[in-house]
Amino acid sequence: MEIFIRYSRELVLTLIVVFAFTTLVLLLAGAPPLAAYYQIFKGSLGSWVKLGHVIRVWIPLTLCACGLLYTFRINLWNIGVEGQVMMGAVFTTFVLRFGMDGHMPFMYLCAAFIAGIAGGAIWALIAGYLKIKGGIHEIFAGLGLNFVAQAIILWLIFGPWKRPGIASMSGTELLPRELWLSYVSHIRLSPVGLTLVAIAIVVTALMLRYTKIGLYLRAIGSNLNAAHMFDLDPRVYMLVAMIFAGGFAGLAGSIQVTGVYHRLLPAISSNYGYLALLVVMLSNYNVWVSPAVAFFFACLNVGSIQLPMMLQLDSSLSGVIQGALVLAALAVHAWRMRSKRLEEQAYHE
Amino acid sequence: MWIELKDIHKHYGSVKANNGITLTVKPGTIHGVLGENGAGKSTLMKILAGYIGKTSGKILLNGSVEDYHTPAQAAKLGIGMLYQEPLDFPPLTVLDNFMIGQTWGIKNQKNFFRKEFESLVDHFDFTLYADDAVKRLTVGERQQLEVLRLLALGIEVLILDEPTTGISREQKGTLFQALRKLASEGKSVILVSHKLQDSEALCDKVTVLREGVVTGSVDHPYDENTLLKMMFGVPPGTPSRSAVEYGETVLSMNGVSGSGGRTGLSDCTVSIEQGEMVGLAGLEGSGQGVFLRLAGGITQPSAGSIELLGEEMQGKSLHTFKKAGVVFLPTSRLEEGLMPGLNITEHFALQNHEDGFFVKWHEASETAQTKIKKFRVMGTPESTVESLSGGNQQRLLLSLLSKDSLLLLLEQPTRGLDVESANWVWQHLHKYCLRRTSVVFSSSDLEEILMVADRVLVFFDGRIVKDVRKNETNIDELTRAIVGRV
Repeated sequence: MEIFIRYSRELVLTLIVVFAFTTLVLLLAGAPPLAAYYQIFKGSLGSWVKLGHVIRVWIPLTLCACGLLYTFRINLWNIGVEGQVMMGAVFTTFVLRFGMDGHMPFMYLCAAFIAGIAGGAIWALIAGYLKIKGGIHEIFAGLGLNFVAQAIILWLIFGPWKRPGIASMSGTELLPRELWLSYVSHIRLSPVGLTLVAIAIVVTALMLRYTKIGLYLRAIGSNLNAAHMFDLDPRVYMLVAMIFAGGFAGLAGSIQVTGVYHRLLPAISSNYGYLALLVVMLSNYNVWVSPAVAFFFACLNVGSIQLPMMLQLDSSLSGVIQGALVLAALAVHAWRMRSKRLEEQAYHE
Repeated sequence: MWIELKDIHKHYGSVKANNGITLTVKPGTIHGVLGENGAGKSTLMKILAGYIGKTSGKILLNGSVEDYHTPAQAAKLGIGMLYQEPLDFPPLTVLDNFMIGQTWGIKNQKNFFRKEFESLVDHFDFTLYADDAVKRLTVGERQQLEVLRLLALGIEVLILDEPTTGISREQKGTLFQALRKLASEGKSVILVSHKLQDSEALCDKVTVLREGVVTGSVDHPYDENTLLKMMFGVPPGTPSRSAVEYGETVLSMNGVSGSGGRTGLSDCTVSIEQGEMVGLAGLEGSGQGVFLRLAGGITQPSAGSIELLGEEMQGKSLHTFKKAGVVFLPTSRLEEGLMPGLNITEHFALQNHEDGFFVKWHEASETAQTKIKKFRVMGTPESTVESLSGGNQQRLLLSLLSKDSLLLLLEQPTRGLDVESANWVWQHLHKYCLRRTSVVFSSSDLEEILMVADRVLVFFDGRIVKDVRKNETNIDELTRAIVGRV
């Protein structure tokens, strides 16, 4: 209970800092801050259609966040999650291309999802292997693999998978309707995606709390050097965490292809992987808080789309707010750690 | 320069690193500060050099009280210190390092400093070249450079912290000659060491510290036994332990070498029998830690062979060692032994390697409760391990051990424990010996080793210099061996 109160206090303080900072930015940009906040709110939660938009962003964001919880538990910075989403999308598209004639769509969709999960997991495993065999830090390996994944997508779109006749940035050929995830027509929201996210959240919560894998990940993450005392091999569990993170990210990529864009695009991952890193950090690595924070970010993302039209502001403002959010959270966190340390010091003296 | 340290205290929480030290150093002398690890030598010297602050006390330089807080201020007052690890900039050249801190502005003064540097090198017969890169120098040469740099800054007092560790015999000779020259020029030199022969060869006077207080000062020439007594204290009567029947050889090492720590371990040949309690003596970092880690499969030897019950073990994984029943308990419990952030129940859950996908939380919690009671750990199953006191962390670690281990390797198992907790630990380990488990432990406390061990291995500079049964030796012989006098 005490922890909960402390955490909410921290959250409120963070939000105050963020709003103070963004208001300052808005004032400097010559925009009325209240109007801008109102537009963001209206643009994200103002109608059912807009809420549908928000949830379509929320789904991949939350899936990535679930995956990242595993890697954060074992203290790995899986920044390669972005590339893992892309490879999930690539593998999914690869499978679906065999079913372009629209026969047996259910089988192809199932296979495509499995392929997507595998694609993300393989991409994550490469970073993991580089880490445990070559001693390459997962941040560098992941970042490098992100660029490779992006290049692969561009090559496929402009090369082997180009639309008949033309090759353009707008992506590969549109999938036949049979291969789209079914959706509620008015708000264009797929119940399959929503179900998968719900499953992902519950599975992750159970895995981390009740299974040996979850316990081992947390133990090794808390002290790598003591793993030998409990006969745990950190290398094995690093790979396990990477498989989970990559799998969930790959699934997000599959949903982006089958449920949102219905083709492979250069911007298929839409930076959701990077954003998910921020989500997880802001939610203090908590499974149940992460979806809420992801929802907030999704609102910001969608709501700021209409800022240019309504207020002649650039939509990158949402980026500013997101950045400010993270900085403020880190500042508040650092401040709390410092005051805690000072308290402890005073206690010892 | 006359240096007077008056009633210097330095407390870290409840630990008193310096507990009222008074010391006078005359100009033109070489003054030795002797003591075992943790006696407070380095702390005292770092206070004098302005590197750390004191809790209370006064420093008088040439009779006037001085208050300074940084090494730079100390250097201005004429005090410079050579640390155990040289503080230089490896990518730069020798000359650049020499100039750092002495030159300002944009004018190129290299030629001027080159001349000054070369005349200093000649003066002391050092083997330095201005254009060499510092990263290619040996530790001894980097020391020489640091000495020259400090002298060029105009220091009057030179403090050296264990300068003879890791340098060659010739370099040691050159260094000692340079120090004598400095003293004859009226400068004061303070030499911190735990090596008797260094102090004997060089110092006009030594002051011995033990547990943060001065235990005595002696002028040259010294009586070795007096110094040893001051360093280690007078041993109490040693109670004998009931003898255990030994069985077959559990661990045997043949010409094993390995790296790690300050000295590594070289050419170690030893065998340990079932049910034996073996104490590893020696100054901290003389190879005991490396020995224990090699025997426990934590690190791999660079040469030699290790056998467990006659089976070759080098190159085998840690898991194989664990399966054979070998357990290593490190001294830094929170860094290498336990998982900070996890509670006691979670530690028992980690220990349980039975098959199954889910953690049996109920079972783990019950185990935690019984073990907490049995091992008298002051805490609840929900206590995180970092909230436990050192003694309770050690009890917890011991409670995690399996009952039928083959070989226990413990690094300073009673460090930081009060007498009662320490006694409890020894009683507990003795039970293991009765069950024919071999116990090998290191300790910096000779009295403790003589009290509980059946056999003593003395480490010096990465080698085993003595291997005796407890009842065939005495504390004087062992203290001599610890400082390299066999």
